[in-house]
Amino acid sequence: MTFVENRAVISGVGQSAIGRKLGRSGWDLGVEAALNAIADAGLTPDDIDGVASYPGPVGAEGGFVGATTHDIRNALGLKSSWYTSGVETAGQIGTLLDACAMVASGRATHVLAFRSVWESTAQAAMGRAKAITGHMTRASGHTAWRLPFGAASAANWIGMYAQRYMHEHGLTREQMGNVAINARRNAALNPNAIFTAPMTMEDYLGARMISWPFGLFDCDIPADGATAIIISRREATAGLRRPPLTIESAGSAMYERHSWDQRNDLTTMAAHDVARAMWAGTSLTAADVDFATLYDGFTYLTLQWIDAFGFAEHGKAGVFMEDLDRFSKDGDFPINTHGGQLSGGRLHGYGFVHEACVQLWGDAGERQITKDVEVAAVGVGGGPEAGCMLLRREG
Amino acid sequence: MTSPPAFRLLPEVTPETEAFWTGGETGELRIYRCRSCRHWFHPPTPACFRCRSREVGPEVASGRATVAAYTVNQHPWFDGFPPPYVVAIVELDDEPGVRLTTNLVDCAIEDVVVGMPVEVVFEHRDDVWLPLFRPVAA
Repeated sequence: MTFVENRAVISGVGQSAIGRKLGRSGWDLGVEAALNAIADAGLTPDDIDGVASYPGPVGAEGGFVGATTHDIRNALGLKSSWYTSGVETAGQIGTLLDACAMVASGRATHVLAFRSVWESTAQAAMGRAKAITGHMTRASGHTAWRLPFGAASAANWIGMYAQRYMHEHGLTREQMGNVAINARRNAALNPNAIFTAPMTMEDYLGARMISWPFGLFDCDIPADGATAIIISRREATAGLRRPPLTIESAGSAMYERHSWDQRNDLTTMAAHDVARAMWAGTSLTAADVDFATLYDGFTYLTLQWIDAFGFAEHGKAGVFMEDLDRFSKDGDFPINTHGGQLSGGRLHGYGFVHEACVQLWGDAGERQITKDVEVAAVGVGGGPEAGCMLLRREG
Repeated sequence: MTSPPAFRLLPEVTPETEAFWTGGETGELRIYRCRSCRHWFHPPTPACFRCRSREVGPEVASGRATVAAYTVNQHPWFDGFPPPYVVAIVELDDEPGVRLTTNLVDCAIEDVVVGMPVEVVFEHRDDVWLPLFRPVAA
């Protein structure tokens, strides 16, 4: 049992420069990442006949939309047999998962999938609050139910989920702090990470509050950077630079209404739906996973993915996170070896796919996981946005 | 009494949400309900997500709820809406699982707890009446 009959693989990955206030457009960063990924696979732009991205041309300011699918197609003169973008999809990797199905069914052979953000540069002048709310005259869509009450940020929306998990299951701020401290420690070995100075629990607890139970270090850090992943049809990878990575299984399910406050169980998220679907598509289990890259737009989301994937019993994700030695590159279950978005920078989902691939290929340099790794779990998104993958290195 | 902020970003009023945002004019919390299966649901949609009946529309709910989750916002997201303030998800007494995101008012921040009984109070601005919630008087 493998995803899309094992016909789609990952053949290359690439990133742009990553940093704060790089002063470059998301479009420029997107092109850089795309070219790096295409070269990494051993392909040329002429080989790319499909393009997929998140979120597409949505009305968001502040560098959230770094580059759209057509932006990159146009800049690189890509001739496409299939292309897409979307935001009503399984987390930031939803259209990447769609690309796998398109490749498997013959609609495309090599798909460039990417996400670009330039939130640091774009928000430098206006500030993050204005970037979120400054352009609106009325709140519409789901935000109409939140913004009138001053709940402007996902920090407010997800903070409430975290508070409920604390109430139900005894999760503590210190346990959430371990997610931030793990990310910071691991980021120190990532030359592209934004924050690398050691963080103590005292630092974490002493940071200013954003929205209880989230302080500043529970929140990821806006960054400039783009990530691209090449999805190829398996039989088209002969002779390419890298051994293809198998997408053993994936999850794009949603079993309830898309909502930030109506989910039946407020101590779970869409992550639980996609994880359930992912495990239903493979004979592997949580015990087979060698390491994980787990979304951390907020610390609590990493704990949600631990809970959703079943690495810990439901409600025990905070306790699971207590033994920090386990989650470094030298540990038995490394998590977010690149520093996640908390310390590595908010690349919005794709950074977790990139890190899993680099580790599976053994290309992570100083931060390469010490033990041999074959299977990675990748969980991307938060709240009602979620997509996940189980990646496997063959042989 | 919690004094209202100088500014709130108001919601767009649509055919489905008009009853919700204007019910406060007559002191009514209007929530969508299925006339077929009689379940309440929120936010309003043109069909019942449970039984798919198209016979749906606003009815007057009790206005009583309990706090299901909350956050104390400390970040200034809007000029004219200074922190701290409490954002909460409240669950309506009319039906478990039917929830509103709202503000808790007339309540000390340190007194907010999950399970706290609250009741609706409306704040009128322009063409909308925002349902906020305050502790039920003991």
